[in-house]
Amino acid sequence: MLEIKGLTVDLQDEDKSILKGVDLTVPAGEVHAIMGPNGSGKSTLSYVLSGKDGYAVTGGTATLNGIDLLEMEPEERAAAGLFLAFQYPVEIPGVGNMTFLRTAVNAQRKARGEDELSAGDFLKSVRAKAKDLQIDADMLKRPVNVGFSGGEKKRNEILQMAMLEPKMCILDETDSGLDVDAMKLVADGVNALRSEGRSFLVITHYQRLLDHIKPDVVHIMAHGRIIKSGGPELALEVENNGYADLLAEEA
Amino acid sequence: MALDQRRTVATDARLAASLPAGPAWLTTARQAAADRVAAMGLPVRRDEYWRYTDPTTLVARDAVPADLLAVGDDPEFSGIDAVCLVFVDGVFDATQSDDPKLAGATVTRLADAQDAAWADGLLGQLEARGQTPVARPLAALTTAMAADGVLIHVTGQAGRAIHLRYDRRDAAADVALHHVVKLEAGTTLTLLESGAGAARFASNMEVDVADGATFHHVRAQGRDHGRRMNTHTFTRIGADATFKSFTLSVNGALTRNDCIMEIMGDHATAHVAGASVGDGDAFHHDDTIFITHDAVGCESRQVFKKVLRNGAVGVFQGKILVKHGAQKTDGYQISQSLLLDGDSQFLAKPELEIYADDVACSHGSTSGAIDEDALFYLRSRGVPHRTATTLLTLSFLAEALQEIADEALADDLRDRLAGWLDRHAH
Repeated sequence: MLEIKGLTVDLQDEDKSILKGVDLTVPAGEVHAIMGPNGSGKSTLSYVLSGKDGYAVTGGTATLNGIDLLEMEPEERAAAGLFLAFQYPVEIPGVGNMTFLRTAVNAQRKARGEDELSAGDFLKSVRAKAKDLQIDADMLKRPVNVGFSGGEKKRNEILQMAMLEPKMCILDETDSGLDVDAMKLVADGVNALRSEGRSFLVITHYQRLLDHIKPDVVHIMAHGRIIKSGGPELALEVENNGYADLLAEEA
Repeated sequence: MALDQRRTVATDARLAASLPAGPAWLTTARQAAADRVAAMGLPVRRDEYWRYTDPTTLVARDAVPADLLAVGDDPEFSGIDAVCLVFVDGVFDATQSDDPKLAGATVTRLADAQDAAWADGLLGQLEARGQTPVARPLAALTTAMAADGVLIHVTGQAGRAIHLRYDRRDAAADVALHHVVKLEAGTTLTLLESGAGAARFASNMEVDVADGATFHHVRAQGRDHGRRMNTHTFTRIGADATFKSFTLSVNGALTRNDCIMEIMGDHATAHVAGASVGDGDAFHHDDTIFITHDAVGCESRQVFKKVLRNGAVGVFQGKILVKHGAQKTDGYQISQSLLLDGDSQFLAKPELEIYADDVACSHGSTSGAIDEDALFYLRSRGVPHRTATTLLTLSFLAEALQEIADEALADDLRDRLAGWLDRHAH
């Protein structure tokens, strides 16, 4: 599904290297987690994959089902099946959540050569999915993320994911700012989307989220590289001992 | 030629035209206005009030012709139930207009003004009041020269909205219209205006809003690229009365909209708002607002948003004057521009002058580009760059459109903005 080889990235306009050769393969249907200390490059990886400005790829490749991601515009990557759940979802005053969702769903369908969803079908689908995530009609009507609590914003991210039905989902610290109940709700939303044809890359600081979204593989990232990969037990090791031991091993 | 001499020559050239024929009271009002023009002289670029907008083409004896825009068969407000009165090149066209009879109001053509003696003593008076403290000679010129317009006397709840539509047929027409609206105590009226009107279009609207009356004004200024417009709205607002005005401006070589509001009675409300969008260095749009608070516990709002690209220029001059004793005044003013590239300009001059000590007045002005984070967020969801830019631009304009109380009217204008943005997306 997602294949990253030797990816090196600098901050644009600054002589600062962030990713220093990332190798990562996420096969179809699997959930992989990336953990790592602050500043290790986790969020940068998610931004570079989804096409945010401000980063210069200096080497390596990233492909989604064999298609070169790095050459595409952000909207093309989305239509190809990539989805990033933002750590800080952006507030957009004046654009209704429903308008935003319908525009996004239909733009992707159009880009893939599919028919647009009718207003009725769209409404039916969004209502059912919103209900599962306990998103009420008022939240759907309000401007995108404006006045939403931290938990509501993250639930709204998962709703978008559910509506857009991507193949490859990247969750960037989706657990940050969530209380236990909200985290469970979000995790249930993610788990409901798990399927053979869909993969997840879950970026998190804490093992806690991985109690709810069980990963197949855990990667530890530090200094712009994946320094260790293993099973779910690796996350527990981090939770108990911190990153110090792993970083020492690397050195 | 010295400045004063240039001003005199230009003023004399315009005043050389003969005043329109009419009943004695109207001739008196027109002559008084012509005298005001002669005393003040027409504006020149060096005048402080015209610092950001060059008045030369508005003042010149001859209008610059403007190509007629082929518009579709869906003019502004076509879906809104209203008594539609049509002016073609500034002349009332009875065949295209609805029957001007409606419950709660009487409508008279200025050209038939014999029948509207109630307007004697009002026509030209609000304009004359509005000449202090800032001279507005172009408004006086319009009062003097306008041969047509409507006189609306509102004596109850107007059963329907009145829609003044300004069509064009002659690419060179030079037009002046003068409207007077008098709302008696406790009455209501919604007035709509649309269209480009002429190659050069000048209009005055004097609105007397008596105690407890409500006046809603929504207009869409025509999209003809070469048109030049200067409009003046003068209003006097009584106790517990409401005045609300919204203007959408799309395209136009030159637009100068002056709105002069005077709050005379306690607990009155005055809102004026606008959205304008322009593409190219042949676009210049100027909103100039002056609101005087002369009563206790009143609220005023000014909300202006401009979207500018490819060298377009936007101007905002907004003043709040709170007179001595106008306590508990709540005055708010915001003017913002969205600059879609580095070539466009927004010039803003907010002013507050306050002589009461228990008031809350705020003003703000910003210029900015599209929010890159929001743009990326939308694109990451698959929304193409162009569509995302349009959505964010509409989002920027939304605060101004929210000033329109009537949802159907707001939707009509929102659709037109979306259409424009779509045509002008890059």
